[in-house]
Amino acid sequence: MIRGKPDEDDYWNNSKFKAFTFDDEDDDFTRLKESKRAVNSIRSLVEEEDEEDDVEKVSWSGEPVGSISWSVKETESSIRSTGEVRDQSFPKIHTAPSLPKNSSGYSLSSLFKGKAKTGSFQSFSESFGDPSIRNYAPELRKPKSEYKDYVSDWTPEETVKRMQQGKVYSLEKFRSLQDKLLLLDEAVNAHDGNVITAVLIYLKKSLSKEILFRELITREIALRHYIHYLKEIGEQKLLVELFKSMDRTEDMALMQYRDHLNVRDENKRRDFLKNCLSFPFSPDDATHVQDHYTLLERQIIIEANDKQVESSGQADIFKKYPRKASILNMPIITTLYYSCFYHYGESDGTFSSPANIRKTFRISDKQFLLTCLGARAKLKAWFDVDALFTTKNWLGYTKKRSPIGFHRIVDILQKNNAPVQVLQDYVNLVEDVEQKISLAQKYKCHDVIINTYRDLKDRQQLIVYRGKVERSSSEYRKIEEILSNSQLRWKN
Amino acid sequence: MAHSVRRDAPELPDFSLLKRLARDQLIYLLEQLPGRKDLFIEADLMSPLDRIANVTTLKQHDVDKLYKVEHKPIVSTSDQTVRGCFLYPLTNWFLFPDVVNADKAFGRFRRYKIIFSPQKFYACENLLEEQGIFGDVTTDEWSFYLLPLDDDIISLELPEFFRDYFLEGDQRWVRTAGSALHLLHSVYGPFSKVYGIGRCSKMAYESWREQVEEGEQRARQAEIGNVFLIDRDVDLVTPLCSQVVYEGLVDDIFRIKCGCVEFCPDVTSSDKSIKVMLNSQDKVFNEIRNEHFSQVFGFLSQKARNLQTAYDKRSGMDIKQMKTFVSEELKGLKQEHRLLSLHIGASESMMKKKTKQDFQELLKTEHSLLEGFEIRECISYIEEHINRQVSMVESMRLLCLLSLTENAFSLIYSSMSYFLSQSYGIEHLLTFSNLKQLGLLVEQQPGETLTVMESRVGKLVNDKTAGKLTDAFSSLAKKSNFRALGRRLNLVPKSDEEYDLRVPRDMAYIFSGAYIPLSCKLIEQVLERDGWTGLEEVTRMLNGHEFAVTAGSNGSDARVKTDSQRIILVMFLGGCTFSEISALRFLGREKGKEGFMRSLLQVSTQLT
Repeated sequence: MIRGKPDEDDYWNNSKFKAFTFDDEDDDFTRLKESKRAVNSIRSLVEEEDEEDDVEKVSWSGEPVGSISWSVKETESSIRSTGEVRDQSFPKIHTAPSLPKNSSGYSLSSLFKGKAKTGSFQSFSESFGDPSIRNYAPELRKPKSEYKDYVSDWTPEETVKRMQQGKVYSLEKFRSLQDKLLLLDEAVNAHDGNVITAVLIYLKKSLSKEILFRELITREIALRHYIHYLKEIGEQKLLVELFKSMDRTEDMALMQYRDHLNVRDENKRRDFLKNCLSFPFSPDDATHVQDHYTLLERQIIIEANDKQVESSGQADIFKKYPRKASILNMPIITTLYYSCFYHYGESDGTFSSPANIRKTFRISDKQFLLTCLGARAKLKAWFDVDALFTTKNWLGYTKKRSPIGFHRIVDILQKNNAPVQVLQDYVNLVEDVEQKISLAQKYKCHDVIINTYRDLKDRQQLIVYRGKVERSSSEYRKIEEILSNSQLRWKN
Repeated sequence: MAHSVRRDAPELPDFSLLKRLARDQLIYLLEQLPGRKDLFIEADLMSPLDRIANVTTLKQHDVDKLYKVEHKPIVSTSDQTVRGCFLYPLTNWFLFPDVVNADKAFGRFRRYKIIFSPQKFYACENLLEEQGIFGDVTTDEWSFYLLPLDDDIISLELPEFFRDYFLEGDQRWVRTAGSALHLLHSVYGPFSKVYGIGRCSKMAYESWREQVEEGEQRARQAEIGNVFLIDRDVDLVTPLCSQVVYEGLVDDIFRIKCGCVEFCPDVTSSDKSIKVMLNSQDKVFNEIRNEHFSQVFGFLSQKARNLQTAYDKRSGMDIKQMKTFVSEELKGLKQEHRLLSLHIGASESMMKKKTKQDFQELLKTEHSLLEGFEIRECISYIEEHINRQVSMVESMRLLCLLSLTENAFSLIYSSMSYFLSQSYGIEHLLTFSNLKQLGLLVEQQPGETLTVMESRVGKLVNDKTAGKLTDAFSSLAKKSNFRALGRRLNLVPKSDEEYDLRVPRDMAYIFSGAYIPLSCKLIEQVLERDGWTGLEEVTRMLNGHEFAVTAGSNGSDARVKTDSQRIILVMFLGGCTFSEISALRFLGREKGKEGFMRSLLQVSTQLT
């Protein structure tokens, strides 16, 4: 093989790489064989290395060997990928192609000697990494002045190391795909996100995106760095392409959906969301997004209408309780609350009616009850509150029912400052007697307590309770009355 | 009530050295820019910077004006000689070019220097280059890794750590963590033993080790013996629990930032809020910070009575006594008075907030979840919590806790996420996707319902379904092992015994005796066993990645039990809670070891 100038070397590498990337394997191997024949002095060594490494090679790229320099690098990486060996003086990449010539200065046997074990390559490489050889080798190759340009010929590992330490480095010479990938893998091995991203930026600039995406699929860590980087610099379009090429369509949809947060104007936001509907969300998310669109659409209509009504001063409710904020972009439950507050009793057909909202957004009984209760209690519309729980059975009897325990209802009512008369109705409905009494005591529902003790025929407790109420009060009289009732059979 | 620190507890190293190092480097960087300059400081860096250098120091080094970085055109007294110097932590760096380009649009050419802290990233430089402002803007880095927040806490102050590493999978901070460790090693080392668990810990260790190898070694007296590294995702349960020790509660309610808290007006009972430093210098705080909240009131009122008696001494004093009293005691008393009223105010305000929202019930639910008891009730509690639109963060925390402790959670994921989005806004489906990515929420895999159900009725299974069953088991294996871990490590003490919070017997006191934080228990166990032997099953359940390394060849030296050997550096990668700090302080007192640690700001839930 004729030793050319370094530039030509580069070119040679480069074209070589193209050849075997796009040609089929057989062709590669014939080329390989040819080049091997050209370097007869070391051929047997290389071939053996090749065979040894066959398995590992697939692990990082799956590409066949292209030339000697590749096989050398291949070996390096396979040594490294086995992990434990951390040799810091790998040969410079550029000394590698000149291997045959240089090696003539060494006895071949010394190379063979070291080859027996897995770690053998270290001793081999150390001998080339040695500074003394560095000085002597260029004289064989090229004049010193030219050599000076190549001081920055660092191996992937050295390059990564220098980058970590913030020293001068150069990525320009990692031109072949394998070189680039080797560099990337080295950066990933160094666990330094900063360097990984730096390498990825270089790859982004120097590789077509199809190739880069393809290689990233098998490199999870690098991929996540790449995605994060693109997110940070806001390259949305490229990210979409990336997700698409990897079939991560749900991620893509979510990411695009996220953008709606940046759309301020509600009409534009609605249109944006409408546009989102066609994205490939997961089934669950698709429902959510559909809801989101419908919700905002409704809110815009309600808002426009209510604003007009409020300013014209037509409706009492808005005069009495002016709206504190617009309903736009509020959650579904808040919207329901709003509708229960301002639009209670509207017919099901209108967008703003509670029933319609309940139906459209499939709101559960519990949710509906809690929200509605809160809103009506706030307005002190106790009649509405009662109506919420009242059910008629087929005989026409009315009964109060609730999907949540009545003790919680009492709690909510109390927080909305319900009067004792209202509260005690609900305290009475609490099934657990002890809970009923403790709630009644907490909220001073005397009647409930007195009646409960009476029903329990618990004279002692009633007497105790008599001591707690004021002498002149109606409660006191009531207790007296009960205690003096001779028809009651007290248990104590 | 205050625990007397054991007399033989070793002295902690002097961490103010770290501050001095950081200050010196900052001054050096400023001096690299001769002449007057304006300094623009990113908001996140303000309070850390405050702890390092004050305005006078900066002015002494020709800093003209100080600005907060707001990403809009700079409106300083803009003649062209003004030089801007920007201090950036890396959160908002990608907005910087707009500033310069806006400037250019006005035809102004200022010279800028960006100082990144704690390090600059290639991505930033690349952006400057791409925007064509690389020459106009020069960059430098201020390797300000560690901020001592207290005698026993050092912090990286990187709130981004958790999100960047655990959510985005970006390892950009790994090297930073390694460098910080390296800094500690070279100032207070050499360490003799390093324990750790978690992938990130492993990488940080590797990075540190490489940096040690690159640098030169100096033989010196070690001030820190052992190091324990732990990934936040080893124990995600603990930060999800409501904190009930005083310091933790203050953090949950008022947010302690960089050792500082801003008490709102109803604490200070005046019309403005004040910023207070919370550390061991505050004598009142120092005594209550690690106490369970229920104990704090008693302590404060006792303290108030003592203060009253001290003041009362005045009556019946003659002039001379009065004079000494005023000159010697009064200042101290006044100081104490001020602190006392502050903390009483804070306690009251916290009490008010907590009783308003049924704190007891929330705690009860959390404890039931940890115990795996009455799960159905817990679920309906959470559901109602969500339906009533009570604090979203709390709902999320409860849900995550449920998901981490109960594998069956995946079955109700769908309906819960539906409730959440209805109550708090649909855009939170993005939050779910983040929480899922973090493993905090586990969604039901398609087709899993069937197999999970089958594994439940496992005894009835015949050969046909055996294949499906193994699938189910492997999918279960991926999930949380919290229950098994809890049993193995005794994390949840038996609930039938009364737990006396006044005399805590173990670390569980920080959660009212209901739960010993997994992270702290692990640390205790490993230190006790001097390694991971005997904990194989535990580490397997935590996905492994544990290690214990003893330093170099001079093993004989390491055997010597010096004081420093008892000082242990615990490093949480991804943040830790004040409750955990309290627990470790307790551990330190119990074992006569002073554990000190560095936290990376607490991150309890990741939102949107």
